[in-house]
Amino acid sequence: MNAIAHRTLNIEAIRKDFPILATLVNGYPLVYLDNGATSQKPHLVIDSQSEYYRQQNANIHRGVHYLSQLATQKYDVAREKTQVFLNAASSHEVIFTAGCTASINLVAQSYGRQNLKPGDEILLSTMEHHSNIIPWQLVAQQTGAIVRQIPITDQGEIDLEAYGQLLSERTKIVGIVHVSNSLGTINPVQRMIAQAHQVGAVVLVDGAQAGPHTRIDVQALDADFYVLSCHKMYAPTGVGVLYGKEVLLRAMPPYQGGGDMIHTVSFDGSTYADLPYKFEAGTPNIAGVIGLGAAIDYLAGLGRGLLQAPDMSLGLALDAAFEGISNYESELTSYGMKRLSEIDGVRITGTAKEKAGILAFTMDCAHPHDIGTVFDHKGIAIRAGHHCCMPLMKRLGVPATARASIAFYNTVEEIDRLVDGVLMVKEMFG
Amino acid sequence: MSMDLRELYQEVILDHNKRPRNRGKLEEPTGSAEGHNPLCGDNVTVYIHTHDGRVEEVTFEGSGCAISTASASMMTETIKGKTLAEVDAIFREFQQMVTATGEVAEHPDLGDLEVLAGVREYPVRIKCATLPWHTLHAAILGEAVKVSTE
Repeated sequence: MNAIAHRTLNIEAIRKDFPILATLVNGYPLVYLDNGATSQKPHLVIDSQSEYYRQQNANIHRGVHYLSQLATQKYDVAREKTQVFLNAASSHEVIFTAGCTASINLVAQSYGRQNLKPGDEILLSTMEHHSNIIPWQLVAQQTGAIVRQIPITDQGEIDLEAYGQLLSERTKIVGIVHVSNSLGTINPVQRMIAQAHQVGAVVLVDGAQAGPHTRIDVQALDADFYVLSCHKMYAPTGVGVLYGKEVLLRAMPPYQGGGDMIHTVSFDGSTYADLPYKFEAGTPNIAGVIGLGAAIDYLAGLGRGLLQAPDMSLGLALDAAFEGISNYESELTSYGMKRLSEIDGVRITGTAKEKAGILAFTMDCAHPHDIGTVFDHKGIAIRAGHHCCMPLMKRLGVPATARASIAFYNTVEEIDRLVDGVLMVKEMFG
Repeated sequence: MSMDLRELYQEVILDHNKRPRNRGKLEEPTGSAEGHNPLCGDNVTVYIHTHDGRVEEVTFEGSGCAISTASASMMTETIKGKTLAEVDAIFREFQQMVTATGEVAEHPDLGDLEVLAGVREYPVRIKCATLPWHTLHAAILGEAVKVSTE
């Protein structure tokens, strides 16, 4: 990896891969800093969609004809690429869903409903996204299990001491976000998983914000479940991933029934398909999954470009790509943190030591919505609001924050424009 | 600053945002209601005291953006002393003003509130301007319910 330290991503060239970045908003070049909500898509992904519908469209796993076999092959290859992306032991452990939310609901309703008993505990951190809270509250109501909160510190880090005390033989499930969408905190999930395993609990890691920015290795983490939101990682909307350990997935009942997830069907009783199909009822988002394959190819291409090794394996290429991406993004984040913290009346939310890609802040003089509207006038796209993290906002004592979320196609100049926007808000409302 | 941003954030709005009028709690309101915008997490509580169908006191508290704070502040100034029928008419006229399309009509009855007409150009911000009004409406209705049960 030392080779990479001397090579950096060619951001100027990368920006040309994302056609939307050339957009003008109110006469200003778009500064897209809402990557936490959804990322932009490179040509390779966009073209994969039109190519699929023009040249490959057919239903999968059921046709004997040419197109169906072609579409099936593309879909299955995307699963193998995703396996490498996550470093899963087997492609059977990769389930395609409609998104992170769908993945978590699947685990809650299938694993949770089967395994939770009255009095069992589900531990979730204060910084979880609503999509890693509500599915557990629902299954808790259905089973009599109890949802408990893992507190966080003022810096926006998990209170590990409190976590250790909360863990007990009653703990059955721990849900923890890998990278916080509101704070950018990178949680020590590997350590937290090991602790949970000591009391026999399983852990679901919400990787929605980790997938686009860090190299994920579910085996090294020893995660039981790991979920991805693919539209946040340069792929089309409507695709998510659920990784689960094979031994867990095998023992779980189907979540949704329908076509494709069966082995045999009879009115006397039906049998279900093997993994991963058991959890993929109905026609999946074929184009979207193929688009995910293209997004992974795109990332791998960045890694191969960095090392000038066009034949490098997918896994090594992704290693290189994420090394380059996270180095560059953390430079941008540190620069943004430094510039924002120099402005009087700006408070940064989330100052964890381990932090990725999020610049969230509040201003004494203006509400986040007003900040967002002023920024929009200058062509700067950020998110203003509670970021689907109402318990976290309550803990921080703010109704909302303004959040700039970074991707590897952002630039130092764009951070400067963000800072100019903040100064303009101050002048207007201060 | 671009001209149209100034049209949204007029001096009057910025002034009400910085120094909101009638902010606080009423000790013995005849009605109160909480308004919440789940999209942005904004909260406003409106307290109203009416006597003989006329607004004697009205205050608000909560956290919101400049548009919702200024709208709440100007609302309290406008409706104080008005009859409930007049308040209803103003509410309707205000709603019409911030949601209308096409030519901007004159709204002389709205007084200062007219400066909020600019939110028409910002669909996602219209709710910011109307939240205090819907909350006021609920506060008045709540009072009516109370009255009818007594």
